[in-house]
Amino acid sequence: MKKNTRVVELDEVVVKFAGDSGDGIQLTGSQFSDTSAFIGNDLATFPDYPAEIRAPQGTIAGVSGFQVHIGHKEVKTPGDQADVLVAMNPAALRANLKWLKKGATIIVDVDNFDNKHYKKAGYVEDPLHDGSLEGYTVIKAPITNLTNSTVRVFGLDARTADKTKNQFVSGMLFWLFNRELKIGEEYLKDRFHGKDELIKANIAVLHAGYNYAETIDAIATTFQVPPAKKGKGLFRNINGNVAAAWGLLAAAEKSGRPLFLGSYPITPATEILQELAKMKHLNAITFQAEDEIAGITSAIGASFAGRLGATSTSGPGLALKSEAIGLAVITELPLVVIDVQRGGPSTGLPTKTEQSDLLQALYGRHGECPCVVLAASTPANCFDYAYMAAKLAMEHMTPVILLSDGYLANGSELWKIPSVKNLPAITPPLVKDNDASYQPYNRNPENLARYWAFPGQEGLRHRIGGLEKADVTGEVSYDPFNHEIMTQTRSEKVQRIAHFIPHQQLTGKETGDLLVVGWGGTYGALVSAVKDLQQQGKKISLAQFNYINPLPINTEEIFSKFRKIIVCELNMGQFAAYLRSKLPQYNYLQYNKVQGLPFFISELKQKFNIILEEK
Amino acid sequence: MAFELKNATLTPEDFKLDGPVKWCPGCGGHAVLSAIMKVLPETGIKKENVVFVSGIGCSSRFPYYINTYGFHGLHGRAFSIASGIKLANPKLSVWVVTGDGDSMAIGGNHFIHILRRNINVNILLFNNKIYGLTKGQYSPTTPKGSVTKSSPDGTIENPFLPGELAMGAQGTFYARTVDNDLQMMKEVFIEAARHKGTSLVEILENCVIFNNKVHEEITSKELREDNQIYLQHGKPMIFGKNRDKGLIQVGSKFVVVKIGENGVTKDDILVHNAHNADDVRAYMLSRMMLPDYPVAMGVIRSWQSEVYESVLYSQIRNARKNGGPKNVDQLLRSGNTFKL
Repeated sequence: MKKNTRVVELDEVVVKFAGDSGDGIQLTGSQFSDTSAFIGNDLATFPDYPAEIRAPQGTIAGVSGFQVHIGHKEVKTPGDQADVLVAMNPAALRANLKWLKKGATIIVDVDNFDNKHYKKAGYVEDPLHDGSLEGYTVIKAPITNLTNSTVRVFGLDARTADKTKNQFVSGMLFWLFNRELKIGEEYLKDRFHGKDELIKANIAVLHAGYNYAETIDAIATTFQVPPAKKGKGLFRNINGNVAAAWGLLAAAEKSGRPLFLGSYPITPATEILQELAKMKHLNAITFQAEDEIAGITSAIGASFAGRLGATSTSGPGLALKSEAIGLAVITELPLVVIDVQRGGPSTGLPTKTEQSDLLQALYGRHGECPCVVLAASTPANCFDYAYMAAKLAMEHMTPVILLSDGYLANGSELWKIPSVKNLPAITPPLVKDNDASYQPYNRNPENLARYWAFPGQEGLRHRIGGLEKADVTGEVSYDPFNHEIMTQTRSEKVQRIAHFIPHQQLTGKETGDLLVVGWGGTYGALVSAVKDLQQQGKKISLAQFNYINPLPINTEEIFSKFRKIIVCELNMGQFAAYLRSKLPQYNYLQYNKVQGLPFFISELKQKFNIILEEK
Repeated sequence: MAFELKNATLTPEDFKLDGPVKWCPGCGGHAVLSAIMKVLPETGIKKENVVFVSGIGCSSRFPYYINTYGFHGLHGRAFSIASGIKLANPKLSVWVVTGDGDSMAIGGNHFIHILRRNINVNILLFNNKIYGLTKGQYSPTTPKGSVTKSSPDGTIENPFLPGELAMGAQGTFYARTVDNDLQMMKEVFIEAARHKGTSLVEILENCVIFNNKVHEEITSKELREDNQIYLQHGKPMIFGKNRDKGLIQVGSKFVVVKIGENGVTKDDILVHNAHNADDVRAYMLSRMMLPDYPVAMGVIRSWQSEVYESVLYSQIRNARKNGGPKNVDQLLRSGNTFKL
């Protein structure tokens, strides 16, 4: 069918789209990943955008990126380095060249490679002619010009017309990856539903890009990534923020306690608020508060009144909420706090990922103030852990902090859609009206949870608050021994949750030379690195923690069976420090990274190999 | 204004709680508590549906002294806790009890935002112009120049007037009352309870220990009739021992006049319209201060406007009626899915 080209079948491909933040990079990326999912590839994506909404055009600071990793084999990360780079301008090329594989294919919009543009990007000479791209396959496409001449007939304004050029890129990729244009057309019809002119124009540009790629002789090789063996079922592409929002909705439905989210916009957590704001048809209330404190305290109020109270934030917001988390601890009300971590301290790196809020989540409050801490480890399982956070919060009457991060929040993967009926039951400790035996701080002896009675219920009037409460009666109490009993009880209540959560799982054998320990969002890179080394015959296993406080009860048993343990995390060693305090009998090696970037599989393998070789 | 006692099936006893009320003897809080207990039965609200929410400070111990649902929260945050409670269950009658430090300083942000949203919550602001629980530091309402423990040379700050802030925040209900006038408190509280939207009631309260007699000029038996003007909707703004003084407006200002002097008759006196959508007069009334003006009491503004949770719940009802996934299973399967 295709003249002069050969089709190479690949197990996996990483494509990086990069351009100005107004170039429609995120849209092209989503379109490419959705069409990949449609034809059955496994996938993971990661957008990488600047903190500024529209940074100066053509500069490195303004480069917006979107990386897609598609596979016939299982895909666990968006990929270390790209096989294909689409660079809409010299800045996009310059910013991404170091993340390219040797011999990668680079598609550039040659119309933007003039004197002015490459100088703006910090090049001294034209990078297309200075030899710096030697060894790469460079496709110099006049994307802007050909797009303009294609859309002229549709009479769009200049700005809208310019925005369609991302479809030229899409068209070229459809050809490069041997895909049917029909899938791309369907995507556009869905995306621009109701705007017929826009759909027509975009489809025309999509075809133009495809035809251009087919016509020129520059592309000698095209690729095909056969469908993955994901198993049968219904799948969708989902990112961590949407998954977390939906997990809360599922928990609300399952428990019969409708959701109330009190929240304040903050990168990279805002999407949770936005997503839930659209969910009034599921009886969810979102309250965009005047600040982080009002966000959480309104959620505590809603919990007191019988809803599932939740709040979403990032590190700086968690700091502001810490006093209120203490209020939820002492009033023993259910509350889910989702912290989508970003680079800190202070404003730090708002759009970049990090795992540096762990100690804040564990300890960042005044008083003896124990909290349940969970961490999601893939974009899709943000659903499961948001659900579990809500389940534990309601069944054990405690605040639960769920740690996500910028990488999980914005990254997406293919997710096998679960059925709500298969999710574990949630049974909050509700009280019947007029239960004469009700006392606010009477507890279920098994899990030490108090019972949840709320305003509006007959015969259960009671008062709670931030002052220390007498055991059982809940009256205000300054009694010294009562305070100690209550402090111990609150701690014991959280520790007992270890008996209500799953055992820690291992990837690999139960014994070996090296146990890799990770937690939260680093799972994809760690499991890929560990599996690669296992295939090479190395005695290495992975324990990726989702339950941080309390730790799963088999943690010590797992640790005891390895010669060495290395704790890998995107911070200076917070989980390692925590483990040293909990299980001091082991020696914990560390691998840490604080660059606002996820781990690369290659750097992990290199580090593990060094340790494995040491005696 | 007379009460409609005929509908009351509950009595103040229904709201009494065993156990001591731990305010100082002579604290204005006792009188407010007693007035509230008398008013609640008259609102006709079921006792299970009443919630008192507070922040931190002397006044904020209130929920522990009344047999309703109660939540003693964080310093300054009662407004947002109450917002969450009310939005979670709009059937509840939610009352916030706060002080001048709690609401005007640490809770200032939440204070203006609950008013602007107009969530149907009643706020009782105990204004004793001092920090009592921390033993006598100046608050945002302490008169300028006051010597307190934290201002040995006199405060340098201009005080807030809660009513002024409430108008600035588009408050729809603002009333002022004093802790030594039980009848006025009851009348004002019941109006606050009836108002749909955020009701702010400022209670000039005496702190017998740290700021004794701070409101004496306004509240003392000898002076109060000349120094207070009790505003009632639809009635002329008349005050004074002999009921012969009143307010007229000249240009953009109120002027105190004497009926019978300089040709002023009763008909010249302004009639109070608490229900005016325009809040300029309410703003002027809330700012009146001695010695030029009497201090305005009663319901200064009560304007019926859109209530936050009414709109919220109508949006919810519409969303549930107008399609969209009916449950989470449908949600998870909506939009782009791929069958493999």
